[in-house]
Amino acid sequence: MNISVCVGSSCHLRGSYAIIELMKSSLERYGLNDKVNLGAAFCLGKCTEGVSIRFDDEIVSGVSEQNFDEVFKTHVLTPLGL
Amino acid sequence: MRKFDTKVQHLKYKVLREVARAAFSDTLAQSLPDIPKTIAPGPEATMRCCVYKERAIIGERIKLAMGGNPQNPNVIEVLDIACDECPVSGWQVSEACRGCIAHRCEEACPRGAISFDKHQHAHIDKEKCIECGRCASVCPYSAIIDHKRPCQKACKIKAIHINEHSAAEIDNQSCVSCGACVYQCPFGAIVDKSFILDAIQLLRESQNNTRYKVYAVVAPSISSQFSYAKLGQVVSGIKALGFYTVVEAALGADLVAYSEARELAEKGFLTSSCCPAFVRYIETAFPAMAQHISHNPSPMAAIAEAIKKTDTEAKVVFIGPCTAKKQERLRPGVRELVDCVLTFEELQALFDGKEIDITSLPLDVLDNASYYGRIFARSGGLSDAVAQALKEQGIEDFHANPIVCDGIEACRAALLRASKNMLPNNFIEGMACSGGCIGGAGCLTHGEKNKNEVDSYGHEAMEKSIGDAISIFEHAFDA
Repeated sequence: MNISVCVGSSCHLRGSYAIIELMKSSLERYGLNDKVNLGAAFCLGKCTEGVSIRFDDEIVSGVSEQNFDEVFKTHVLTPLGL
Repeated sequence: MRKFDTKVQHLKYKVLREVARAAFSDTLAQSLPDIPKTIAPGPEATMRCCVYKERAIIGERIKLAMGGNPQNPNVIEVLDIACDECPVSGWQVSEACRGCIAHRCEEACPRGAISFDKHQHAHIDKEKCIECGRCASVCPYSAIIDHKRPCQKACKIKAIHINEHSAAEIDNQSCVSCGACVYQCPFGAIVDKSFILDAIQLLRESQNNTRYKVYAVVAPSISSQFSYAKLGQVVSGIKALGFYTVVEAALGADLVAYSEARELAEKGFLTSSCCPAFVRYIETAFPAMAQHISHNPSPMAAIAEAIKKTDTEAKVVFIGPCTAKKQERLRPGVRELVDCVLTFEELQALFDGKEIDITSLPLDVLDNASYYGRIFARSGGLSDAVAQALKEQGIEDFHANPIVCDGIEACRAALLRASKNMLPNNFIEGMACSGGCIGGAGCLTHGEKNKNEVDSYGHEAMEKSIGDAISIFEHAFDA
């Protein structure tokens, strides 16, 4: 699975680096580093909606530290059958 | 509202704007013959001897605006017919000489080139004069004047000479494309090639960023430009031109600072590689020193590479203050990363060619880099960033001792000493333009306050440390 966290200006100011840290630690916790490629994107075209993440071809926006665990469950753990 | 420093810049801008306007509306072929008349409507001449010469010169400017002479490898070109063939008599005693009895000029002259007539009026023997200017510096009446051409005066590395037709000629072997002559020629006879048509074509063929995405990378010196609007409006304007998004070159500078600090600690002596004119100067004037040039890419190339890693189809257009960046883009290793280079002057022309009034646009945001990446735009910023990067990476057994070279003459002096092992410093920060990038030839305005603007823009960055700003790229960059 390819995951790209948007680090464009708008998402950056809304906390994308914190999301990247959460993503790194969650992938670590579940031992998914070899199943998931984590990268960055400079804009996912959803600038007004908060931090955006692309999971393969699906873009999820409005990700925050508060809802991160839920997003991770829905878009990473469930599709991987975990 | 002041957009430009000089009328020459304004004239150049008008040509770029008209070419851009025609290109945006896809009527370039039809409009070209009319552009000279649009800009010099006549019947009175306002710049030259007659309106026909004005239009002929504008015709030449249009060629430059459309990419210039493809046979000429240099991005800086002389417009022969625009060159006014200024006098080249060198140091001359002017009417202001009072015929004083102190004769400081005579004392100061190391070659005995100064004599006096019966009125005590000084004369310079051109056979003996070595053009050192010491007589002028001691004259209490400032009566001795250097009649050197402004282009030659601007070119501190002496890459301009006068050809047999009394027109300026650039020696492409030694020219570093810094653009100092472009900014200084009072007749606008030396011009940087423009690639606005390439940019417009890239945008058009992207079909609204659906076929591929066009990323604008803006240099941090943008903070001192477009002072009539807010930076956020400039970002909105760039997107209104059709760019997919805007990314700070300063993030590339963060990446560079981080790895340049490591390279410096490893090698013990380094010259910076951010300024392409400085790099080229070392290669041409101090080839033996070229081995010490940092192997890091420039911030422009580094951020373009990072963008293309995240989006392999991406097209990258760099927008900055620099004419030498246009030359850098032609280098192997860079041309694959950067698809086009524009200046702030050209960006203004694109805005107006597309009738975009940025002051009426909403504020967008621009925040990718740290304080340190952003202050690369001014002299001394790179050295501060490298010192910070050493600290952040816990490299304590190495002490950076930079020399900050502000302008190509200071670069020359440091390189000369270093080449003779006489330089106590271990890092040469070289910036060809005075003040650093904020003094670049492609800037709209050059002012005293520009350094402060850059610093306050630096402080506005959300990320205060270089490590935080580049954390996402750590893996990618190590690889």
